Amino acid sequence: MTTGALALRLLPIALALPLASCNLVQSPLNPVSPQARDLLWLFWLFTAVLAAIWLAVMLALLMSLRARRTFGADPLAVDPRRESRAGILVAGLAVATGLAVLVLTGLSFAGQRRLFADEAAAVTIRALGHQWWWEFQYENADPSQGFNTANEIHVPVGQTVLVKLESTDVIHSFWVPSLMGKVDLIPGRQNTLRFTAERAGVYRGQCAEFCGLQHAKMGMLVVAEDPETFARWREVQSQPRLEPATDEARAGERAFVAAPCSMCHQVRGTRAAGHNGPELTHVGSRRTLAAGTLPMSRGNLAAWIVDPHGIKPGVNMPLVKLDPDELNTIAAYLEGLK
Amino acid sequence: MSEAATAPRELRDSELDGPALSARLARIWGTQRSIVGWLSSVDHKVIGRRYIVTAFLFLFMGGLTAIVMRLQLAQPESKLVGPDTYNQLFTMHGSTMMFLFGVPIGEAMAVYLVPLMVGTRNIAFPRLNAFSYWVYLSGGVFLWISFLLNIGPDVGWFAYVPLSGPEYSPGKRADVWAQMITFTELSGLAVAIEIIVTVLKQRAPGMSLSRIPLFVWALFVNSFIIIFALPAVMVASTFLILDRLIGTQLFNPAEGGDALLFQHLFWFFGHPEVYIIFLPGTAFVSAIIPTFARREIFGYLALVLSLIATGFLSFGLWVHHMFTTGLPQLGAAFFTANSMLIAIPNGLQIFCWIATLWDGRPVWRTPLLFVCGFFFIFVAGGLSGIMLASVPIDTQVHDTYFVVAHFHYVLIGGNVFPLLAAIYYWFPKFTGRMLSERLGAWNFWLAFIGFNVAFFPMHISGLMGMPRRVYTYGPEMGWGDLQLVSTAGALVLFASFLVFVWNVLASLRSGAVAGPNPWGAGTLEWATASPPPPQNFDHIPVVTHREPLWAERGGLPVVTGLSIRHRELVVSSVAEAEPQLRESSPAPSIWPLIAAVTVGATFIGSIFTPYAVLWGAPPIAAALTGWFWPKNTPEDEE
Amino acid sequence: MSTVRAEPQPFEPHQARVTRDLSGLPTYGFGPKSPMWWGTLGFFVVEGMGFALALGTYLYLVQQNPHWPLAPIPPDHWAGTLNTLLLLASLWPNLITDRHAHAQDLGRVRRDLVIMSLITLATIALRLYEFTGLGVRWDQNAYGSITWVLLALHLTHLITDAGDTLVLTVLMFTRHATGKRFSDVSDNAFYWYFVVASWLPIYVAVYWIPRW
Repeated sequence: MTTGALALRLLPIALALPLASCNLVQSPLNPVSPQARDLLWLFWLFTAVLAAIWLAVMLALLMSLRARRTFGADPLAVDPRRESRAGILVAGLAVATGLAVLVLTGLSFAGQRRLFADEAAAVTIRALGHQWWWEFQYENADPSQGFNTANEIHVPVGQTVLVKLESTDVIHSFWVPSLMGKVDLIPGRQNTLRFTAERAGVYRGQCAEFCGLQHAKMGMLVVAEDPETFARWREVQSQPRLEPATDEARAGERAFVAAPCSMCHQVRGTRAAGHNGPELTHVGSRRTLAAGTLPMSRGNLAAWIVDPHGIKPGVNMPLVKLDPDELNTIAAYLEGLK
Repeated sequence: MSEAATAPRELRDSELDGPALSARLARIWGTQRSIVGWLSSVDHKVIGRRYIVTAFLFLFMGGLTAIVMRLQLAQPESKLVGPDTYNQLFTMHGSTMMFLFGVPIGEAMAVYLVPLMVGTRNIAFPRLNAFSYWVYLSGGVFLWISFLLNIGPDVGWFAYVPLSGPEYSPGKRADVWAQMITFTELSGLAVAIEIIVTVLKQRAPGMSLSRIPLFVWALFVNSFIIIFALPAVMVASTFLILDRLIGTQLFNPAEGGDALLFQHLFWFFGHPEVYIIFLPGTAFVSAIIPTFARREIFGYLALVLSLIATGFLSFGLWVHHMFTTGLPQLGAAFFTANSMLIAIPNGLQIFCWIATLWDGRPVWRTPLLFVCGFFFIFVAGGLSGIMLASVPIDTQVHDTYFVVAHFHYVLIGGNVFPLLAAIYYWFPKFTGRMLSERLGAWNFWLAFIGFNVAFFPMHISGLMGMPRRVYTYGPEMGWGDLQLVSTAGALVLFASFLVFVWNVLASLRSGAVAGPNPWGAGTLEWATASPPPPQNFDHIPVVTHREPLWAERGGLPVVTGLSIRHRELVVSSVAEAEPQLRESSPAPSIWPLIAAVTVGATFIGSIFTPYAVLWGAPPIAAALTGWFWPKNTPEDEE
Repeated sequence: MSTVRAEPQPFEPHQARVTRDLSGLPTYGFGPKSPMWWGTLGFFVVEGMGFALALGTYLYLVQQNPHWPLAPIPPDHWAGTLNTLLLLASLWPNLITDRHAHAQDLGRVRRDLVIMSLITLATIALRLYEFTGLGVRWDQNAYGSITWVLLALHLTHLITDAGDTLVLTVLMFTRHATGKRFSDVSDNAFYWYFVVASWLPIYVAVYWIPRW
């Protein structure tokens, strides 16, 4: 069998594979914003044109491998007429290549202009990259309405969101493929990106620039919800923490503030005001823990506090010695911070 | 004429002929059979062979790291290796493949073959050649010993700051990376200059520019890319070392430096690097196709111009590795246009090769099989490269497995498949024995199928959102099945290399005897015995055609008049290859090795203290003086 | 099976037809005739790229920072200016050395090499003094770093050229001072042109851009 024939047989299988798989929680193939849809369209257009070119080249190769030379055994003997015909053909193909890349360059540039168009944004979020988690600061004209959160953002459906990207340590890259292509977070610079979610849902994103030991576990969630739900969420987030409702939670808060936890984490409304780790004021309302690593639950909170380095080796969160009671109450307390 | 200071009674090759001449030249040009002789050799074939074997060893090591990574990723949340080991593994994989295999292998083949193909007796600056090999070897061994001591670099083969800077990579790991760069780039630059000068000044009489074999053209252009591109990565790695070791602030934004500066410097080298790896592939393909199509190459001039155009354009693409860093949009679009433009010369090459096959009568041997594999894989990789050249598409696929798939199609397709074709093609020349065709077919099909099974699914993994350089992933991401398939393919690909090694070892012992020209090829390396004698040619041939052995059926015309008392070769003019000088060629010397040891010790020492540069300077100066100081040999006194 | 024994016939060595005798050719040459000259040119490209990229880095950092220099005062330029004048003046004895090497005039070449050795040593001494007038340390900020890097990079070229010239000078006073050595002297003179030429843009960058 020749390589060309194999190519023809592989191709349909290859094209069918992505359609067969349906888990597209973090995929450019599942666009929910005009930006991501535009990108996917451009991607398929390029794929179609380039696959056609590849097939044509393989076909030409396949045909060229048939022995058709009939005259003389001398490898230097060539038929001048055939040579000049081939010369014209090759030159024509080179010109065609030039035209093809010209058209593709034009399409690419048009797509680029649409993608990075300046639109007025309804929501502005400052994203700060940390090794290995995301800090998000919701900006507001009224500073008392602004707030910080971590590893999960909520955005209103149908409204443009502006994300300002900065890094506090090394280079990271903000990538939520269903919403927008990636843009890097670079120390000493500020980049921006915009997207408009069109459908409610939870979309996963992940750091896309190698940023050290736990680059693999630097995920985030974008929750797109209707504007009313979003406004309610925003209102809750800007408030201090919910007063602990149970004895257990109250004990947990005392333990949390007394333990080293409060040196790195802030819980607004308490004396815990550290800034090295994620803000925890409404941690219980988030869907995941440790930058998209574990689903949020009381058990996972306890597991994470007990053994951060088993779950995420090398993470900057230290192992804090707590007795089982303290651990339980702190986990209960944090889970209650909705 | 003051320059013609020749002794009145000089022994010349016109006075002897046949076996007597061969034996005498072999004695003069030979390498002594002793340990010191072996370490002192300046024969381009001896050094080229070492280079090739060493580069293949590093390819094998790089492959092993890939296998461990593939096993780790075969299932979600695998515990085979942790993040620390994994990050070292992919850094070692990239660094080994790019710096210890990718660049050196093309130069290694050139060191062996270019002097033969241009009809000379040794490479230009043969002692520098010996020195380059030792420096390259030390750099590679240094990197791997560091890895085995658990101080292997873990910042990626690109070592972006600030991650690789003093604050976020304490310890010596990033320094190991940066100094390995210094070693390998030093040797790479030296070899490039040797090849350029060999091609310009040592071509056999009559080999005018339009008669230079395409293989030689490709490696000649490649050497130019090397000398313009490699300084950039040396500057980048030197700046990194300075920031890390003596506290300069070049990349520190808090003190007026800039993190993106490193990326600009790195990719100014890094994109041409792709062509530094690919151009030797085109060299192999251009040499193999005419032989197995049984006709001369179609479009010689177009191919030469494509090579030169590729060389120039390769310097205008670097920003396409930085499309997501937030550079000005119009500037980025300029690099899109440039990146796509390079498709034209590359397309032209492909068309000319296919046209040659079209009008030929293909002879099916393993080298041609691998060349067909090259077309299949490389064209696919080149075309997916056009997608990455588009700024908007790149924002989605950049730093995902789509890119991993793309560049393995380009690099394995564009370098490794042609390289395997080249080994099957020139193995008889290197060793005097043929490789087995039966094992060759096994080797090819396992490699071809393994490669595609391993890397095609990675396109889809990337489109399903899988980023590069992650040591693990959760089961909920849905990447597990595709990753498992990739791992299976990688194992098959690895198996194909075991078949290759088996074939080489078995054929070395018991392969069919090749003779000087087993394939009936047309270029000069086939005009001498297999393996070639130390002097390469008893008489320097005169070249009358691009394919001299096809044009001169009655035996090559030759020149005489060279000394048979000491090493002498013909120096000719740049354009027309008109003989100008009978220049002596340096005799074997142990000093290049000593110089390499002193330089290596200084480089390694400088990781631990900047003063090593001061302590190292006197021994280096002494070694270089010893190297250049005349030794009373006839070569030196000429 | 394993070999293609088809036409054309394998080439047989020893069927040589002699078409030309080269015994009349000289055994060394000057300038573009000599491979060493081309090798030197190759190193110019490599080192020239190093200089160009370091200078590019300088300009890049100038453009990245709102103020330049990142120091209260620009560097004191007098030592640098003096060094520049010395380097420019050295072009004349360098040219003379090259001419005498071509003429293979051993006596004059010896004298010229001694002069050039002294000049290179003087420029090194001046360069070391230049560092004292920069007014900024290499580890203070990026401006200090790149200024030191540029001066040091060029200093390494002065040092290697000085080493090369000294060894050649000594060699020319030994019995090895024959034939091809004159070509080496010529190549060494060629290298000095590069060392001088590469200094001029660095001089402008280090001493005058901060005054702009």
